[in-house]
Amino acid sequence: MFSYLAEVWRRRAFITTLATYRMRAKYEANRLGIVWIALRPLVNAAVYGLIFGVIQTGATRPKDYPVYVVVGVFAWEFFMGCFVDGSRSVTNSRNMVQSLAFPRMTLPLAVWAERLYSFLITLVVLVPILILFHHYPSWRWLWCIPLFALYAVFNAGVTMILARLTVHVTDLAELLPYVSRILFYASGVLFSVDAVMKGHPTIIKLYDAYPMYQVLKMARHFLTNDKGTSFPVQFWLYLSIAAVVTLVVGVLFFWSAEERYGRD
Amino acid sequence: MAVIEEYKRLGERGEPVVAVENLHVTYRVFATGKAAGSARSGLLKVARGIREVHALRGVSFVAHENESIGVIGPNGSGKSTLMRALVGLTPPETGAVYARSRPNMLGVATAAALLPELSGERNIVLGGLAMGFTPAEVREMRDDIVAFAELEESIDLPMRTYSSGMAARLKFAIAAARAHDILIIDEALSVGDKRFQERSEERIREIASHAGTIFLVSHAMKSIRETCSRTIWVDKGLIVMDGPTDEVVDAYEASKK
Repeated sequence: MFSYLAEVWRRRAFITTLATYRMRAKYEANRLGIVWIALRPLVNAAVYGLIFGVIQTGATRPKDYPVYVVVGVFAWEFFMGCFVDGSRSVTNSRNMVQSLAFPRMTLPLAVWAERLYSFLITLVVLVPILILFHHYPSWRWLWCIPLFALYAVFNAGVTMILARLTVHVTDLAELLPYVSRILFYASGVLFSVDAVMKGHPTIIKLYDAYPMYQVLKMARHFLTNDKGTSFPVQFWLYLSIAAVVTLVVGVLFFWSAEERYGRD
Repeated sequence: MAVIEEYKRLGERGEPVVAVENLHVTYRVFATGKAAGSARSGLLKVARGIREVHALRGVSFVAHENESIGVIGPNGSGKSTLMRALVGLTPPETGAVYARSRPNMLGVATAAALLPELSGERNIVLGGLAMGFTPAEVREMRDDIVAFAELEESIDLPMRTYSSGMAARLKFAIAAARAHDILIIDEALSVGDKRFQERSEERIREIASHAGTIFLVSHAMKSIRETCSRTIWVDKGLIVMDGPTDEVVDAYEASKK
């Protein structure tokens, strides 16, 4: 097991190169090229923001809605990318898996690295948007570093779990875009869970244990200067546990089927 | 134990590198064409018209240092299955493969590691890293690869713009850049023009002389004769003949007439 992880670490250059080259390959054909990495979530945020901004009125609509949506969508993209692309990481590279001997874990990790890079690029774009809406840079933003680090760890685990799942049950790959969409609508990316679920304290309790909800809530708290976006301090603990457990489970789960990839 | 005796008999040939003992490989395939891996869990073991294809039915041989071995046989005879079992990509039903180090396979599928949208230059990096070289080693190899593939002019262009011969040259150059201990080449030489074929045959002999062992799967008897000292003739999952290239290829060609 540890020698396997050492082997994966030895291939880290392969992981990062595959990730950056894939990104380039994907965008170089377009005229705007790499700009699309930032433009896509931005367009997404605009579309969802418009629709949900019109639907939601009055008390349930979060304050400062554009920023609410942009932060939500930008942060969400990272998870969704790992979720959907991660599920295809091994099955899409079948030829490579069948012809070369290398630790298979590099494949989901390359997808994860690719998504991480995109996420970091969108974060840069996020800064002028926040300023535009009068949320000026402050020291509180630095809290995002540990937050997003935990988030990245969590997503790495998610990528590996899904990468193996679809190898066994290929039908799952068809289903996952819907699952991710349901999660998207349920995670409070576009609306405030607290406001909508006001009459249902048990549901809010359940949400408190849900890592994506924690990430979004904490990110909004640190990035905006609204009062009233506070979160319970335990969230740090919950999220740390969720991230580490997901990563360990993901590594073990993916590794235990190492010999079987590419054989079906 | 036949393998051990064989090893003693051939002892003068140098260190054994690969030993294959009584290898059986069976594929289970849904009659609809959907593959069901042998390792699949019990959940899906409902009889759905599963057909068994006995691809290898007891193959044994020993390969030694400095040998280049041709593998010949008609389509569907089990050549590629045998090579995939050597690399460890196909699990044996019974029997075993012992190898001194992990064999590398260079075949049509190696292209999978490469991205057609990227330039040849970047694909060299990617291919080298995929084979397990460090970035420094890849940088070192880079010029040799470009020179060998004769792609100095178009190395900056995306690979999708290459002709099939150019792409094949690049793939071969990447895979053959470093001396492999054990290299398996599956029908890769049939592409590329005559001059390149000759140069790659030369490269193969060079690798073989550096204590490497090469398996060459091909239908081109000419390149087998020119490159390989020993040839294994496979048919219907069994070894028909194993010996010096000239004898085996002569017999194989005679059988087809």
